[in-house]
Amino acid sequence: MKYLEDIGSYFLMLRRTFSGFTKGDVLRELIFKEIDDLVMSSLGIVSFIGFFVGGVITLQTALNLTDPIIPKELVAFATRQSIILEFAPTFISIIMAGKVGSFITSSIGSMRVTEQIDALEVMGINSLNYLVFPKVIALLTYPFLIAIAMFLGIFGGLIAGVYGGFVSLDEFIRGLQEDFIPFHLVYAFVKTYVFAFILATVPAWHGYYMKGGALEVGKASTKSFVWTSVLIIFANYIITQLLLS
Amino acid sequence: MIAIDNLKMQFGSEEILKGISTVFEQGKTNLIIGQSGSGKSVMLKCLIGLLKPVAGSISYHNKPTNEMNLVQQRILREEIGMLFQGGALFDSMTIEENIMFPLRMFSEQSRPKMISRVNEVLNRVNLDGVNNKFPGEISGGMQKRVSIARAIVNNPKYLFCDEPNSGLDPKTATVIDNLIQKITHENDITTIVVTHDMNSVMEIGERINFLKNGILVWKGTQEEIFKTNNQDVTDFVYSSNLFKKIRDVQNKNI
Ligand SMILES: Nc1ncnc2c1ncn2[C@@H]1O[C@H](COP(=O)(O)OP(=O)(O)OP(=O)(O)O)[C@@H](O)[C@H]1O
Ligand SMILES: [Mg+2]
Repeated sequence: MKYLEDIGSYFLMLRRTFSGFTKGDVLRELIFKEIDDLVMSSLGIVSFIGFFVGGVITLQTALNLTDPIIPKELVAFATRQSIILEFAPTFISIIMAGKVGSFITSSIGSMRVTEQIDALEVMGINSLNYLVFPKVIALLTYPFLIAIAMFLGIFGGLIAGVYGGFVSLDEFIRGLQEDFIPFHLVYAFVKTYVFAFILATVPAWHGYYMKGGALEVGKASTKSFVWTSVLIIFANYIITQLLLS
Repeated sequence: MIAIDNLKMQFGSEEILKGISTVFEQGKTNLIIGQSGSGKSVMLKCLIGLLKPVAGSISYHNKPTNEMNLVQQRILREEIGMLFQGGALFDSMTIEENIMFPLRMFSEQSRPKMISRVNEVLNRVNLDGVNNKFPGEISGGMQKRVSIARAIVNNPKYLFCDEPNSGLDPKTATVIDNLIQKITHENDITTIVVTHDMNSVMEIGERINFLKNGILVWKGTQEEIFKTNNQDVTDFVYSSNLFKKIRDVQNKNI
């Protein structure tokens, strides 16, 4: 029963987010600020994780494919597939649920407990549009992060594979080009957009509707991380089922 | 003028406001006083529409709020200035941006014009040169004064203050009280001040509403509050040693 109510209030929140618009110039400023806070500030961690996990994927594949009949190109092929299909869009999004998601919940939640949201409402501002809409728009640039993770992941794989002496540069490049299906990229970015929407709205809901004080802000962030990741994993399953099978 | 009739509010099964009727007059500082937890803040939030009362009506200049259409509600909101008990400054914005916020939202003034208005109100609350600080970088009392500046920057017709001088030293508190009263008289606005500070009652208590456990138990003026025989009111007034002593001295003189 509680869950049904929550789902209902989530959709009501979405409806109010996309109506009663704040003044254009204010909104524009907010969007740029959110792009900075949510996307640009994650560039470092996403690049770091992308590069090293890409390297590890290549190492693991190479170390497990010891049979001499298996062509070495397969190492690059496997790296490319796992990074584009799952690692970059899904794994990075789970990490972002922890970073960006809990940031959104705690910043909106602390505005709730210190009556800043009330202050917006008293001024006749639709606080949901003011707070959530710019985040949703800012996260339209989120696929940019995922693209960087893909690129650096594959690059990290190349470095690990070639300099680790597992494959030659030639073999690795050939493996990367093998059986490339462009639709896989479409699939990966469709996923990314859906995850971006979840990342912006689910933590926002947890922050906006929280009750209590500073302690509850912390609890709400934890809960928001759990639910955001659960929904990302779940959406991942559905989208894969719909698009790839 | 704001009139409320039989206003009731409850959270779950807990009744917080139990049918309150009163009138807040224009051009006067109307006080709501009472002990902590008596429902003062809840009443204020009902008045400004942040909480939806379970029963009763609220009228602004004889126009009930539940009969207003969306445009009228919007206009009314622009005419309201509110000081929250905790200040409620936006902590992602500087002091200047905080105070400028209502201007940016509701007017088309040029930036220099807005900034000069900001400096004007900052000066009225005795704060200068804090424009580029963030709320977290100034003291609690200064935050309070910034919130007052934000509440009055747009020349509201209705000013609501939830404990404007809690956390302020007596001198600043008096300055703030007098400022609120002066604005009320100069602009002929309807001002409602929630407080449990007897000094404020002495300074600006033109109309006083005494709340106890969600019931309006007494209504009157500053002169009347020191003469009433209502036990609840006298308990509240003379809970401070200072006022008790003043009363005793007066009684001796008689
Ligand atoms: N959002 C809420 N949900 C549930 N109960 C609430 C809520 N807001 C206030 N209350 C309850 O309503 C009662 C009155 O609270 P209110 O904040 O109006 O007190 P107050 O008179 O302003 O006190 P103070 O002088 O300490 O600020 C309290 O018992 C409080 O617990
Ligand atoms: Mg209160």
